[in-house]
Amino acid sequence: MDFVPENALVIMEGVTKNYDGVVALDNVDFTVSPGEAVCLVGENGSGKSTLIKILAGVEQATSGRITIGGKVYDTLSPRLSAAAGVMVIFQDFSLFPNLSVAENIAFSTQLGKNRRLFNKKHVYEIARKTLDRVGVDIDLGTIVETLPVAHKQLVAICRALASNARLIIMDEPTTALTEREVSILLDIIRRLKKDGVAVIFVSHKLAEVLEVSEKVVILRNGKKVAQGPASTFDAASLTRNMTGRDVAEASPRPIDPSAPVLLHVKDLHKEGAFENINFDLHEGEVLGVSGLLGSGRTPLAKALFGLVVPEKGMIKLGDKSIVLGDPLTAAAAGIGYVPEDRLTEGLFLTQSIVRNVSIGRLDNHQNAGLLNMKSLFRESGDWLKRLKVKTPDIGSPVTSLSGGNQQRVVLSRWLSRAPKVLILNGPSVGVDVGSKSEIHDIIHELALSGIGIIVISDDLPELLATCQRILVMKSGVITDEVSGKNITEDELARRMAS
Amino acid sequence: MKKLFSKSFWIRNETLVAIVIIAFIIIASISDPRFLSMPTLTDLLRGGIVLGIFAVGVMVVLISGGIDVSFTAVAVFAMYTTTLFLVTFVPELSWYWAFGISMLIGAALGAINGIFIAWFGLPTLIVTLGTLSIYRGFLLTFVGSKLISNLPPDMRDFSRLMMFRNTNADGSFYSLPWAFAALVIVVIITWFILYRTTLGRSIFAIGGSIESARRIGINVRATQFFVYVYVGTLAGLAGIIYASMSRVANPFDLVGLELSVIAAVVLGGARLIGGYGTLTGTLLGVALIVIVRNSLIVIGIPSTWQSVAIGVLILVGTGLPAWQAKRAAARAS
Repeated sequence: MDFVPENALVIMEGVTKNYDGVVALDNVDFTVSPGEAVCLVGENGSGKSTLIKILAGVEQATSGRITIGGKVYDTLSPRLSAAAGVMVIFQDFSLFPNLSVAENIAFSTQLGKNRRLFNKKHVYEIARKTLDRVGVDIDLGTIVETLPVAHKQLVAICRALASNARLIIMDEPTTALTEREVSILLDIIRRLKKDGVAVIFVSHKLAEVLEVSEKVVILRNGKKVAQGPASTFDAASLTRNMTGRDVAEASPRPIDPSAPVLLHVKDLHKEGAFENINFDLHEGEVLGVSGLLGSGRTPLAKALFGLVVPEKGMIKLGDKSIVLGDPLTAAAAGIGYVPEDRLTEGLFLTQSIVRNVSIGRLDNHQNAGLLNMKSLFRESGDWLKRLKVKTPDIGSPVTSLSGGNQQRVVLSRWLSRAPKVLILNGPSVGVDVGSKSEIHDIIHELALSGIGIIVISDDLPELLATCQRILVMKSGVITDEVSGKNITEDELARRMAS
Repeated sequence: MKKLFSKSFWIRNETLVAIVIIAFIIIASISDPRFLSMPTLTDLLRGGIVLGIFAVGVMVVLISGGIDVSFTAVAVFAMYTTTLFLVTFVPELSWYWAFGISMLIGAALGAINGIFIAWFGLPTLIVTLGTLSIYRGFLLTFVGSKLISNLPPDMRDFSRLMMFRNTNADGSFYSLPWAFAALVIVVIITWFILYRTTLGRSIFAIGGSIESARRIGINVRATQFFVYVYVGTLAGLAGIIYASMSRVANPFDLVGLELSVIAAVVLGGARLIGGYGTLTGTLLGVALIVIVRNSLIVIGIPSTWQSVAIGVLILVGTGLPAWQAKRAAARAS
C-alpha cells in the first residue's frame, strides 16, 4: 500500500476484478484527495474503465476495500456511489436532449429529494446557482438538443455539481472540444478544485489535461504500473508506461523528386468554407493538411472526395479531370476517403466485420446481378489479415472491435478497391497509442506502394511522423507549406495559431 | 408579444396547423356563409370529444418514446363489456358507475400492455399491434358480437345532459353536451401530470433518452407502466362516452380509428421518436381532422376525398417542419 493522505476522499485498496476468469483489475491501490485532479491513463483493455465502473457502483469488485469519505463500503451500487458524491460524466453526457438546460441540471436532485411535484421556479433556482458556481452563463430555458457540444458538457458538469458531487469522473473530456473550449473547461476544473471537488480524467489525449492534474496513475493489463506527480511525466514517458515499450515513431521517407504528379488541385473554392486551394500530390507522397477546428480542413477533405460541392475549381487525377461534388465518380476514379468520425460516417455498426469490408467490393463479385458471397468474403478476409485486424471471428459485429481495429476495417475496405489516392481524415482519432503507431506504419507502407496519401489532422506529432509535406490552413486559405523534416512541433503549432 | 414573432414560433407545428385551420374556415365560409355559426362550432366540439380524449392518451405515449395502436380495441372492449354487464345485471346503475367500470377495464387492459413493455422490454409497436388483435378478437369471441341498442337508461340520459342549448336566428338548433366537460377535465389532468409532477417530467425524460433516465435513477419501469395504464384508462373513458353519445354499443365500432388519432397527434407536433408533444398541438391536430371530416362537403369536395386530404395534411404538416429543421442543420454544419 502506498502512502495514503489523511484526508483522502476515495481510498481503494487491493481492488481486484475478475470476469469469468479474466483478470481485468489486479490488486490496484488508488486514492483521490479532495480538490485533487488525477489522470487515469492506460490503453484499451488496461482496466481503467473497470476501475471507474467499480467506483461508480456499476460493477462490483471481486475483492478489495473501498472507502469513500471515511465510510467503508463492502459493495457499491450506482445509488450508493451517487449518494457518496461520486458522479461519472460519460462521453455521451447522458443528457435529455428534449428538456431544458435547467431541468437537465436539476432533475437528479429532484429525484433525490423524492419530490412528487415539479416546481419550475425551484428547478431554475438550483440550475442558476450551479451555473454561477462554475461561472458560466447558458440560457436556462434552452432545449439541450440545440446546444453546442461544449455547452452540453458544461450542463453535464453542472448536473453532477447540483447533486453535490465530491468527485467528478470525466471520460475523454476533451475529444470533441476546440482548443478554446478546452481552456474554458480547464478553468472550470481549476475552480472546482478550489471548491474541494476532486476530478478523475480518463483520457487518451493526455497533454491537455496534464496541466491541471496533480497526479498521474497509469494502468496496464489490469495492474498499476506507475504513479506520480503530473509534473514528472511527459508524453514519451506516459507512452512508454502505457504500452510497456518504447513506441518509436518512424519518420517519413524522403520525397522522390522524380515521382509523377498524381492529384492536381486547382483554384478550388467554396463560399464560406475554403478558397483558392492549389496543390499537387505526388505518387507515394504523404501530404498533411492541418489547421485548427474551423480552418476549413475538413470541408476541403470532403470536397476532394465529392462530399462537399465546391463552386469552382478543378481536380485532376492523373490526366483525367474529376466531376466535382460526386463521391461515386471520385471513388470510381480511385480516390478513397476515411472519415473523421468512423462510428457515424465510416462503419455500418450493426453489421459484421467482414461485411463492413466487402461492401466496397460488391460490384467486383457479381455475376448477372447475383453476388458470389464466397469469393467476396474470401477477398475481404484476406485484407483483414493483411492489416492485422485482431479478432477471433470476422463474422462478429464491428462494434466488438477496439478503435484501432475499427480504423483498420475502414482502411481494409478502401484498400480492397486498390485506390490511387487515399484521404485520411483524423486517422488515429480515438485510437490508443500502441495502435496509433501501427496505423502510422500502415500509412508508410501504403505510400511505399505508390499510393498518394493526404492526412488531415490537428494531431501535430502524427503529422510530423507521417507527412513529408504539410499544408497549414487558416480561415479557409492555405497559409503555409512546410517540409515535415525541417520543422518542430512548436514551430508548426505557432504557424497554425498565428 | 416579442415571442409571437420569433422565428421558432413560425416554424412550430402548432402555428402551421392553426394557419391551416383558419384557412380552411375562411374557404368554407366563403363557399357557404352559414358555415361560420354556432351550430357548426358545437358540431365540431362534439365531434372532437372522443377523438380528443384518445389523442391526449396517444400523445402521452408518444412523449414517452413509445406508440400505442391498441387503444381503440381497449376502448371498444371496455365500452361493450361495461354496457353488456349493466344491461344484463344492473340496468338501473348511474352513469358514473358505467364510466368507472369502463375506465377500470381500460386500465386493466392498459396494464397488460404495460407489463409486456416495461417488464419484458418488448417494442411498443409490436406489443400493442398484438394486443389490438387479441383484445378485439377476445371481445367478439367471448363477450359478444351483437349490437346493444337498449343502453341502460342513465347512460342514455347522460348524453342528453346539455351544458347549453339554444336556437339560432335562422331557426337552427344547437347544443353542447356535458360529455365535452370530460375532454376538458382530461386535458387539465394530463397537463397537470405532464408539467407539474416529477412523474410527468420523467415521461418526457425517458422519451428523450431512456438510457440517461436509467443512469440518473428514474424508475423507468414504473413510469412506462403508468403511461400504458393511463392511456388505457382514457380509452375506457372515450369508449363509454362514444357508446353513450351514439346511443348504441357496437362491438365493431372504433377499431380502425387508430391511425387518424395518431395522425392528429403527429400533426400537432409530437415526434414519433419520443420526447416531444404539446397539448395545444394535439388539440389543434384533432380540431383540424374533425374540421376536415365534417366540412369537406361544405366546400364541395366529395367525402371520399377525406382520407386523401388528411394524408396531404400529414405530409405537409409534419414534413415541412422536418424539412426546415434539416435545412437549418445543413446550414449550421
